[in-house]
Amino acid sequence: MTASDFIPSPLAGSLLAAVSWLAISVLALIPAGNAFIARRLAFPIGALVGLALAMFGLQAIWLSPNQLILPLGLPDLPFHLRVDPLAGFFLLLLGSVSAGISVYAAGYFRTETAPRLTLIGLQYHVFLASMAFVILADDAYLFMVAWETMALSSYFLVTTDHGLPAIRNAGFLYLLIAHLGAIAILLCFGVMNGGHGDYTFNALRAAHLQPLWATVAFLLAFFGFGAKAGMIPLHAWLPEAHPAAPSPVSALMSGIMLKTAIYGMVRVIYDLIGGVRWEWGMLVLIIGAGTTLFGVLYALMQHDLKRLLAYHSVENIGIILLGLGMSMVFIGFGHPAAATLGLIAALYHTFNHAVFKGLLFLGAGSILHSTGLRDLNDMGGLIRRMPKTAFYFLIGALAISALPPLNGFVSEWLTFQTALQAPVLQHGVVRSLVPLFAAMLALAGALTAMCFVKVYGIAFLGQPRKAEHLSRSPAVGHDIDAGEMERFGMAWLAASCFVLGLFPTSFLLMLNRICAYLTGRGLSEQALESSWLWLVPTSSEQASYSPIIFLVVIVAVTLLTFLLVRHFYHGRVRFSDPWDCGFPDQTPRMQDTADAFGQPIRHVFGPIYLMERHMPEPDDPAPRFSLKIEDRHWYWFYLPIARFAEYVSSKIALLQQGRISIYLLYSFFTLIALLVFVR
Amino acid sequence: MTYLPGIAFQILQSVFVVLAAPVLVGWVNQCRAWLQNRSAPSILLPYYTLAKLFHKDAVIAQNASPLFRITPYVLFGCMWLAAGIVPVLATDLPFAPAADIIALVGVFALARVFSALAAMDIGTSFGGLGARREMLIGFLAEPAMLMTLFTAAFISGSTQLTTIVETLAHREFAIYPSLAFAAVAFLMVLLAENARIPIDNPTTHLELTMIHEATILEYSARHLALIEWATAIKLFAYMTIGIALFLPWGIAEAGDWAALPLAFTVLAVKLLFAGAGLALIETLLAKLRLFLAPEFLSTAFLLAVLGMLTHFLIRG
Repeated sequence: MTASDFIPSPLAGSLLAAVSWLAISVLALIPAGNAFIARRLAFPIGALVGLALAMFGLQAIWLSPNQLILPLGLPDLPFHLRVDPLAGFFLLLLGSVSAGISVYAAGYFRTETAPRLTLIGLQYHVFLASMAFVILADDAYLFMVAWETMALSSYFLVTTDHGLPAIRNAGFLYLLIAHLGAIAILLCFGVMNGGHGDYTFNALRAAHLQPLWATVAFLLAFFGFGAKAGMIPLHAWLPEAHPAAPSPVSALMSGIMLKTAIYGMVRVIYDLIGGVRWEWGMLVLIIGAGTTLFGVLYALMQHDLKRLLAYHSVENIGIILLGLGMSMVFIGFGHPAAATLGLIAALYHTFNHAVFKGLLFLGAGSILHSTGLRDLNDMGGLIRRMPKTAFYFLIGALAISALPPLNGFVSEWLTFQTALQAPVLQHGVVRSLVPLFAAMLALAGALTAMCFVKVYGIAFLGQPRKAEHLSRSPAVGHDIDAGEMERFGMAWLAASCFVLGLFPTSFLLMLNRICAYLTGRGLSEQALESSWLWLVPTSSEQASYSPIIFLVVIVAVTLLTFLLVRHFYHGRVRFSDPWDCGFPDQTPRMQDTADAFGQPIRHVFGPIYLMERHMPEPDDPAPRFSLKIEDRHWYWFYLPIARFAEYVSSKIALLQQGRISIYLLYSFFTLIALLVFVR
Repeated sequence: MTYLPGIAFQILQSVFVVLAAPVLVGWVNQCRAWLQNRSAPSILLPYYTLAKLFHKDAVIAQNASPLFRITPYVLFGCMWLAAGIVPVLATDLPFAPAADIIALVGVFALARVFSALAAMDIGTSFGGLGARREMLIGFLAEPAMLMTLFTAAFISGSTQLTTIVETLAHREFAIYPSLAFAAVAFLMVLLAENARIPIDNPTTHLELTMIHEATILEYSARHLALIEWATAIKLFAYMTIGIALFLPWGIAEAGDWAALPLAFTVLAVKLLFAGAGLALIETLLAKLRLFLAPEFLSTAFLLAVLGMLTHFLIRG
């Protein structure tokens, strides 16, 4: 008997991990000893389970698909489970990112009251388990059950503070759009099934669809999963729901839950429907580009930190869609190598976004926990009071701004490289359009950098804007920086940013295997033969990038500069007050605010926003400038639909007369009709 | 050890760029003084200024964070790295494959983000204003720059700057419409990114109009010297990128050491003309109002995109 006999197969292991999460959720309910289990054990054990799941996922990427039928569910409709490389990749994402978030949550939730904590412990782990089952599911039935469990458990997590009406509204909006999406997905499975009655993914994969029905299935899947992913115009719930939830939950939702939607899209479009057409890809590209620009432009206008991060999730989903769309266009024209590159870029960005957005939400949570602040305009100078959080947040901010040598840059680089494959396309218009999407990506990337300069500069740098935060050093023994568990969680994700940024080649090989499994062909031989140091997507003449050499050189020259300067010149420093430009009465209120920082953007992109500005009168003794930015989608998309739904239901309500005789009459006519038509 | 001469040359070139960059600034200033009918300062003045600044005591605001103090070094490191990627004298750069044109744009973005963050660190109103404006120029110039480089990348089928230069240098001498568009766009980006007229004025500290100067108001002594030096390297790097893309003739090929003296002479002549041209532009144009800067840069962006489309449409 060898040690490998004791290690379960990836499928059994993942199932075990998901069931363990369910078990933790039930055990967390025990209120004994001031909810000891939920307070001390549930989250750390949940993190370990996550790590184990990540291991099994990693293993599954390199093994052939594995299936299992569970005799659960309805009679004659057992649950089918399956792990293949694609599922393995998403399990790895779920496990590794949730491990960091769970450790953080262990510290973050420690001070909650017992009743709330037990409920959070229950919902949090059910949420994790349901996401694992979404990825493991191999039939439409289990998939929908897990999908709905995921929506419901996250709904309850969003409404943790259900005492506040705004949060109840956010939760309702989330639930509504989640269900519209779920209906579309359900219909999509129905269309793919074509009335055979067999809903296993194997049967759906084998079913041969007419081109028209395939397109219908694609549209249903794209918009159904898109509603969960937060692409425009179905994004409205995201900036409401993510800030409403407690920060570790926001991190889970933004980092991982949105990715299950990407998983669904890839699974259904590439694997189940198959036969990807380039027109589909163009649609994905157009919506992706719109989502990207919309997300970042609205993020620049926010001053609530968590809302801002939520809008950035919208943006990043757009970037992922750009990669997916390019890959679909290339498949449609029969260029599998370029298509693989696009899919790799999209999946890479999926993982990257999970890591850095998780990190940023955790950082926002630490600020909220320590200072009670969410509005950027009240913050300032936090780098001096929370230096460790500030350090981790800086890594997250640099990563999301796609700056080398961190991970965000790698995936954007790969997306650019995909766009640069455009000359192989036969269709003249598409060939010139694809690089235009790269231009949009470039614009969005630069805007993201601006947005995170704003966030970091206003929250962490400068002087405190609120008088009560002015005291330079915290009271003795009162350290307001994040606790140890929180810091560990953030450090885990920050380290992942570095690993994903510095060792892209090993991830490229992994993703190449997934894509080879999905599209039937991987990258060119030349790309795979290069050494671990060089990231070479096509061939070394075309493009290469080596983040490690890059990092080593930049650190080396920076250190060399430092040493040279120190060697040749004295290092004397004198401290003084900042230069006041001859105006001695400067107050922290004279610093830039978040709104001021966005002002040039409002000027340049004015027509995109729906603005309501209040300018103070010149002789106002207490002048206040106020600005309200609204999302135009509400007015042309959501409200007309809501009004139409209300109109229709008011007409249907006419049937309700409230008199028993009329209801009996309805029953009578129904019976007659049934007797006439259904014999 | 076939790499050895390459690595030696790589180091030589980076050191050369770092040391030579202030001369270019001195030359531009000299030309501008002549054009404005002033008696010109010495071409070596930037070196004297740097030496003076290095010898002073650094004055730092009390509430400065470590970020503020490391930023000058990071800026200098970024620019030094950029100088190592761009083929200035020869295309034989063993380090160049580590970072292609997209990474080059990324390095400039990294430097910009750090300088904007450092500007906001002290919490004065000018710092925030400068950071905001710097990022405004940056987010418009960066895509335009990337599109310009993509046009060249599409022509040569590679994003490696060395490969691009080798391909372009071997083409026959003719005017390519796509490159013509790209060149104009690149010139506009160069002016904006290096804080030159018409976007910014490097010689004034006028509160209401300054952009780059506002971000470095709090710096003094060696920190300021490093930033000024990094700015000079940035100008040098941008000019050599422009030369490499649009006038690559005369650059030494890989391994062709005999061509180096010629390449050096050709580069010096090109830079003389480029510096004089920059001074001419700065003398002839007036500074634009800040809110005309987006229009200026979006024009550059559109030109760059047009250049790219032209390449696809007429294959030239």
